[in-house]
Order: sequence, then C-alpha cells, then structure tokens
Amino acid sequence: MKHYKAQKFGMVIDLDKCTGCGSCMVACMSENNVPFRKDESNKLLSITWMRVYRLTNGEPFPNTDICYLPRPCMQCAGQHEGHSPCVSVCPSIATDYSTETGIVSQIYTRCFGCRYCMASCPYHARYFNWWDPIWPDGMEKYLSPNVSPRMRGVVEKCSFCFHRYQLAKEKAFMEKRRELEENEYQTACTQACPAGAITFGDLNNPNHAVYNMVKPDHKHSGRPRNPHAFRLLERLGTNPKVYYLSSRNWVRQAGDNYLKDEAKVKKPVHHG
Amino acid sequence: MKIGRRSFLSFVIGGAAGTALSPLPWKLTDDSSIWTQMWPWTPVPKDGETSYVNSVCTLCSGGCGITVRKIDERAVKIEGMKGHPINNGGACLLGLSGLQLLYGPTRIKSPLKRTGKRGQGRWEKISWKEAVSEIVEKLGNLRSKGQSHTVGFVSGSDRGTIPRLFERFLTAYGSPNLMRMLSVRDSYELTLHMMQGVQALPGFDFENADFILSLGSGIIDGWGSPVRMFRANSAWQNANVKVIQIEPRLSNTAAKSSKWIPINPGTETALVMGLAHVIIKEYLYNTGFILNYTKGFEDWKRLVMDNYSPDSVETITGIDSGTIVVLARSFANASRPLAICGRGDGSSPVSLKECMAVHALNALVGNVNKKGGVWAVSDTDYISWPEIEMDARAAAGMQHERLDGAGSKKYLFSRYLMNRLPEAVNSGEQYPLQALFVSGANPLYTLPDTKSTEKAFDKIPFVVSFSSYMDETAQNADLILPNHVFLERYEDVPAPVGLIQPVIGLSKPVVEPQFNTRHVGDVIIRMAKGLGGSVANAFPWNSYYSCLKETLNDKWEILVEKGFWSDTKLMSPTLESSFDTVSGKFEFINPDTGSMPQFKPVGIEGDERLYPLVLIPYDTIRLANSYIGDPPFAIKTVEDTVLKGEHVFVEINPKTARSAGLHEGQRVLLSTPKGKAEVKIHLFEGIMPGIIALPRGLGHTAYDDYLAGKGINFNTLIGTVEDPDSGMDAAWGIRAKLSKV
Repeated sequence: MKHYKAQKFGMVIDLDKCTGCGSCMVACMSENNVPFRKDESNKLLSITWMRVYRLTNGEPFPNTDICYLPRPCMQCAGQHEGHSPCVSVCPSIATDYSTETGIVSQIYTRCFGCRYCMASCPYHARYFNWWDPIWPDGMEKYLSPNVSPRMRGVVEKCSFCFHRYQLAKEKAFMEKRRELEENEYQTACTQACPAGAITFGDLNNPNHAVYNMVKPDHKHSGRPRNPHAFRLLERLGTNPKVYYLSSRNWVRQAGDNYLKDEAKVKKPVHHG
Repeated sequence: MKIGRRSFLSFVIGGAAGTALSPLPWKLTDDSSIWTQMWPWTPVPKDGETSYVNSVCTLCSGGCGITVRKIDERAVKIEGMKGHPINNGGACLLGLSGLQLLYGPTRIKSPLKRTGKRGQGRWEKISWKEAVSEIVEKLGNLRSKGQSHTVGFVSGSDRGTIPRLFERFLTAYGSPNLMRMLSVRDSYELTLHMMQGVQALPGFDFENADFILSLGSGIIDGWGSPVRMFRANSAWQNANVKVIQIEPRLSNTAAKSSKWIPINPGTETALVMGLAHVIIKEYLYNTGFILNYTKGFEDWKRLVMDNYSPDSVETITGIDSGTIVVLARSFANASRPLAICGRGDGSSPVSLKECMAVHALNALVGNVNKKGGVWAVSDTDYISWPEIEMDARAAAGMQHERLDGAGSKKYLFSRYLMNRLPEAVNSGEQYPLQALFVSGANPLYTLPDTKSTEKAFDKIPFVVSFSSYMDETAQNADLILPNHVFLERYEDVPAPVGLIQPVIGLSKPVVEPQFNTRHVGDVIIRMAKGLGGSVANAFPWNSYYSCLKETLNDKWEILVEKGFWSDTKLMSPTLESSFDTVSGKFEFINPDTGSMPQFKPVGIEGDERLYPLVLIPYDTIRLANSYIGDPPFAIKTVEDTVLKGEHVFVEINPKTARSAGLHEGQRVLLSTPKGKAEVKIHLFEGIMPGIIALPRGLGHTAYDDYLAGKGINFNTLIGTVEDPDSGMDAAWGIRAKLSKV
C-alpha cells in the first residue's frame, strides 16, 4: 500500500497586499455561523475568529505608517508536533491537534468553559461565549448546516474551515481519489480576499504555493527561509502554521517582542 | 464490624482513588458539558441539498458577480463569482454580509401607510392595491390641476432599466424632476463634456497604467468599483507600479501607496497646476498629442507658467517645491501615467476646475483614450424602447425648469444637482414640490446638511419610499412601498462607472420574496396603468420581468446562465474620433464658458477665529455610507479606535491635541457652524496638525439596534459649498472646534 504523507495545512498572508478591508473577517463570520451582538465595540468580548489588527510604526507625522495584520488561529504545532499551547492544557480534550492535517480542532460539546486554553493562547485567537448566541428574528435562516452554532459557556476559534476539508475529502472519496488538489480545500477568508493577500495550502507539499512562498525549514520547527517571511511571536516556540510576508522591516519587527538593542538586527538569525 | 479511624480513612481514600481510576469522573465531566449545552434555543441549522446561484450584487454600484450557496430554499452564504470580469472571486465585506440584509430585522414586510406624525414610526399595514391606488389618485389630481411638474423622483442611479422606467414614467406624466445622487462621476462627466465635447462616462484603464497619481482618491477605501480597485492595487504591487497618494491624512490607500505626500486640504488643484508647470517648463509633455489633438494649449500654458511655479505652489499646498519637481518628472517620464481625483470613496463631486486640471494633466502626457489612460466611455446602450407619445399635459409639465437647477441657464451642462434640491424646496422661489418618490437612495442620511434636508422634506406634502429597509428616508415617508431586496429580484446591472470594457450583469432572484414586497419596476408599471391614457400607453409591458426580458433581447439567455455579459472585443477609440468639440480637438479652454483648469480655492464654511480646526471626512471600506447601512457583520469589523459604544472617535494629531490639552479617549464636544456632537479623541500621528477627521457611514438614526445610535452622521456637521461652475457641492471640509465637556 502506498504511504500517504501527513499534511500540514498552513497559511501565508502577504501584508504588503493586505488592505485591511475586513472581507476575510466577514467571510469567516458568515461561513462559520459566528454570532454578533448589538454592541461589538468591546473587542475582548467580540468573537472574531479572524481579526484584522492595525499596526503603526509609531513615527510622528508625516513618517507614520500603518500595516494591517489579519490574525486567524495560528494552528500551532508546538516544539513537538501536537504540543500546541492550548491542546496541552485542555482538561477535556475539547481541543486537539491532528497530525494528519496539522489543524487544531475545537469540539464545542466537549468544552465546559474552563478557558485554560484562552489563557495559554498567546495570540488571543480563542473566544468565549459569555452569552447565548441570538439571531434576530428570521436571521437563523442563513445559518450553515456545516458548522454547528455554539452555545453559551464554550470556547470557539478558527478551524481553518475544517468542514471544507471534510467536504472536499468526501467528494474525493466519491471520485475514488485519496489526495486533494490544492484548490479543492481553501478557507473562506482565502477565497474572499479581494486583494489576493491570503494563500492557503499544504506546507509539506513542495508543489503548493504556500511552501514556495516561505520555504519552511521543517527540521527547525518550520522556520521560514524567506527573509521577508515571519511568524508571530516566533521565539515562543509555538511553531505556528500562519506565516506573514512583509517587505517592511518595522512590520517584521512588530511580529515579536524584541529588546531595544536587538531590534537593529535586520534579518532573522539562522542557526545551523 | 467496627468502623475505626483507620478503616474509615482506608475506605474514603480507597474509594476516591478507585473513582479517580474509573472512567466515572471523565464521563461526568463530559456529560455535564453535554447536559449544560443542549439548550433547545441554540439553533440547529437544517441540512439539505446544496446548490449555487450566480447573480450580481447591487448593494453598491460596483457590479460584482456573486455566487450564492443555498441549502434547499435557504441562502446561506454569498461568495464572489469566479471568472467574473470585475471581481473574479473577490468580494467586499458589505457584499459578504448581504444575507443579513435579506433576512434581517430591518426589512419592511408590507406596504405601510403613516398613521402618526412624520418620523414617529407609527404605521398601518395596507394592501398593495390600496397603496398603488392612493398614489394614482394623488398623481392624477396633481396632473389634472396642471401641476405634474411638482412631482419629483430621487433615484440612486440613472443607468439600467429601473431608473429608465422612472424617467419614462416622469416624462409621460409630465415632470422634468428626476434626480440622482451625485458623485465624482458627475464632475468627470462634465469635464469630458467641457474638454472633449462628449456625453460619456469616465473610464480608467488602471490595469495597464504604470504610474498612478491619486489626488486623495481612496483607491482601496471604496473609490470606483471597490473589488476591481483592490485587484488593481495588488496587480500594481506585483508589477512595481508606483502609486502616489496626495491627501492630508494617512488613509489606508495612503498607507498602501508607494509614497504618501500630505497636502493642505483643498489645495490639490494647485499641486496639479504646479506639476503641469514643471512638465511644460521642462518640455516633458507629449508634443505629438498637444500639437495635433488639442486646442487652447498656448493660452493655458501662459496661465500655468505665470502663476504656478513650484515655489508658489509650495506656499499653497505645503508640499516642498523639490518634491513637486521630482513628482512631475516621474509622472511625465512614466510610460502610462494616470492621474485621478475624487476624495475618499468618490461619493462627493469635486469642483469642475479641479477635475479639469486633473484631466488636463493626463492630456499633457497624451494619456487620453489610450491604453493605460482615461477614456470617455459611451454607455452600452441596450435599452431601446418605443418613443413616448406625450399628451398636452405632459408636454406642458416638461416645459418647466428642473427644481434643482440642472440644465438651467446658470448650470447649463449639469445633468443633476441633487445637492441643490433642499434649498430649492426650502426657499420656495420656483415652485413647491408636491410629491417626492425615493428609490435606491437615502437622501435624509446621505445629503450634506441634514437639518436643511429634513426641513425640505417637512415641506413636501407627500413622500413615497420604495426602500426595502426602514432607513432614515423611509422613516420620514408617508407611504412605503417596499421593493424586493437584490436577492429576490431581477434587475440589469450596467458596468460600473470607471470600467472601460462593456459588461452587463443580471441580478436575479436567489430566493423567493420573504415578505409581502413588490418589485419597484412592477409598481411603476402599475402606477402608469392606473393613470391611464398616454401615461399607460408608454408602458406596453405587463410586468417588469417581460419588460426586462424584451429589453435584453438576445443577451437574456447568456445573462440568465452566466450572470453577466461582456464584450471581449475591446478597442480603444481612435484619437481622430475622440473629440466632439467644435474644433474637433481636445479643448484646454472651453470655448462656450471660457472655463479652464486652474486653482480657485473652494472656501469652507466657518470663521477661523471661532473654529480654529478643519474637519474633514474619511471613508473606509468597512463603513458603508451610501443608501445601504452597515449590516451587523460589517459593523462588527469596525475598530475600537473608530467606534466605542455609542461614541465615534475624532482623529487628531497628538501635537494639536497637546496644545489644546486633550488626551486619548477624552470625551469632547465637536462643533461646526452646522451642528454639534459629542465625540471621543483618538490621537493619530497620520493626520496633519490642525486637521481633524471623522469617518462617514456612522450615526444612523434608522435601521436596527445593530446600526442605529452609533456615532455621528458626518452630514449633520457639514454644509454644502456650491461650485460656481457646475452647481455641484464641492465642499471638502468645514471649520470646527473641540471643547471639553
């Protein structure tokens, strides 16, 4: 029997192209039945699986610069595959790491709302349902059956649109195929981005665009070989599968907490 | 058996250890999470068969193709249509949240008649028959009294079958008062008319340009067809095309551009003239084009050379003269440079002189009607209906001048001047407006100077809204005849303004009408039939559907199947046939009016001593500011430095704030000569000192709780400044002050 290699789905977001338009956020909300409330301006409580942050370089007028940074779940693999910050603290295996896809799952009905995972996630990618989701009269009609609406008291987060993977797999199975084409499984945000800033695919597959954009060094926890590529809080060792590209030095510096004198380092240091 | 201390402890510890080793605690944890989560009120979406419907989004005039995913009869997701010539799979956040507008609580569910006072929100449901016959009676009375010209119609657009039906109705009925909301398109149309003698839409070949000079145009903030612009912007990045953004505030477009050059607001024209000065002085212009295809260059050149040296432009604009020279050279030396204007999302016109100056700059480098340049695009004319036979009443009505003054002696070449309507109604100098119909527009929200617009609406005795949603205008109407929303109706969608290739889209029903609504096209036909006589004869169709199908004729099949029709054989017009002026050439100076590109500052309202700051609006794609308000998903994406609770933030440079003793998050009173509002301070290094900025698109008073009462409607704080050449509103800001509360 032929051996099929494990996949490692990942995302590359080109921050030079991202315009901060918010299409990814809304595509995600409508794909994943994300609830909303009358006032969403308290961003700690506002559930956004995909959230676009606005970064500034802090320079005074007129040297100011802005960069937008979309933040889905980073799908961390951790130092050893599966040692994601959230997975390792979940007492009820409500969140788990799939070595087959590299995706960190979230099973709502198993979650009992202890929120350890939220505390351990360094990216604020996890959200707690403090209230029952309420859709105004008639609006339940647009809810998608592919993603179950969550209830009060559970944690939720970006799933890399895992249901889309399942649907693509089912289709492939019916067509007697084992492997998926690159374009068969794409997340809702990737599909919607009008600027073409998001690329999604298998980081283990050298034929996929994501692999060629960052050239991950899998021997060193997927560290990018492209000098313009970086990951958020790389040095925590969370080994995220979301990479960012930027030609601007200050943006790449903003991706991690550097010491003052360290910030002068222009390129990421490579060991070995 | 005696239970001693020892055996008791053994039992308890052993029991605890045993329980811990058994699956029981895990089972209980699991069960408790299940028991506490299976609430009957958490919806379980019903599964069913998946299908996809191709249509066109009409939430803005961008004309994007959409593919709607359905589960049985429910629409569950809107996505961009792959392979569509405008958006090719991309979608903006408003389009993506379209289902919230379809199924949302803000929809009007049946025809409504006002019972309380205007704006009180007391309505009575009536039948369609009653609604239409009430209108017919009113219109019939006015017409028989010879007052047909006192009926007005406000439409969001004037292209496509629906606005053309409105126009046809008014012509057959006898009123010249079809009005449309204005945008920078109108400045361009007038410019093309003045300089090229054509009646055409502006087209921009962005995809082939290699240098973009944007005078405050929010390329990625909603200007033009938004998704097309996003795609063009990414293509420029790939091809290393320079984008230079000129504006006083670091907008998203400025942040994404190759270079942002801050400028004193309202002085963009001076910069353009300065660039022309350098280009002419250094002989960098396209001599072939200037010699063979233009007229009046020498006279205009004298004006430019005498008044707009880089040094004098530096004093006006605040841009260093060296920068001006470098910019002029790189613009002229690019092979296909393109300059555009229209501040922010382009929803407000600019002064005629400004638009003419920008067009002249393009002409200097010979970039008119050619690859990568500005085109005069004649609208794809697929609507050919039989001539209207007007009766005496209609002919008499059409003799009257338009209430907004468009086409009058003063503003001969302007086609619509919606901004002048409130004043015309308030002053009552010409004739009173007896009835106003509003469709695809929300003037009570989108027109500047809300107070004066409200006053004008109060004076109109009969206001009818065709809105699908309870917006500000519908709320203040006497009668609401709700239209189907775009996912429930057929409608042709002409190519968005700015596109050069001919594209027609077809918006078609994705789901059955959810409520007792009716297609506005059908209602117009019913109204005409009700009036009888020549008005009825002008509408030979039984329904809008048959009218549309007949009109689109041979394109119908392909439109239904694909969702769009496009002409692939695209040819740029030859320069010989481009200019329809008397000279047959491009005119730098219009021979009829003598108007030519030059800098004449558009003054803004307010006394500098009372109002030391200048307030300008800014646009972001996350805030819809046209007749559609932000649905819940879209408003959710608005940052907490823009909106917090019910407060909107005013952006201010930290330096300006410091000198006024203001700090981040502070609540202040923002006042302008037009109004006052409580806002919060947001310190932003990306805004010029002395300038403050507010977003447009907030401060709705209508719609639902998800949108209403958040922030301030910018239009309540600003008035209009009439451009003497065109009559359009050329205001770009207003003087303002901030005071502590």
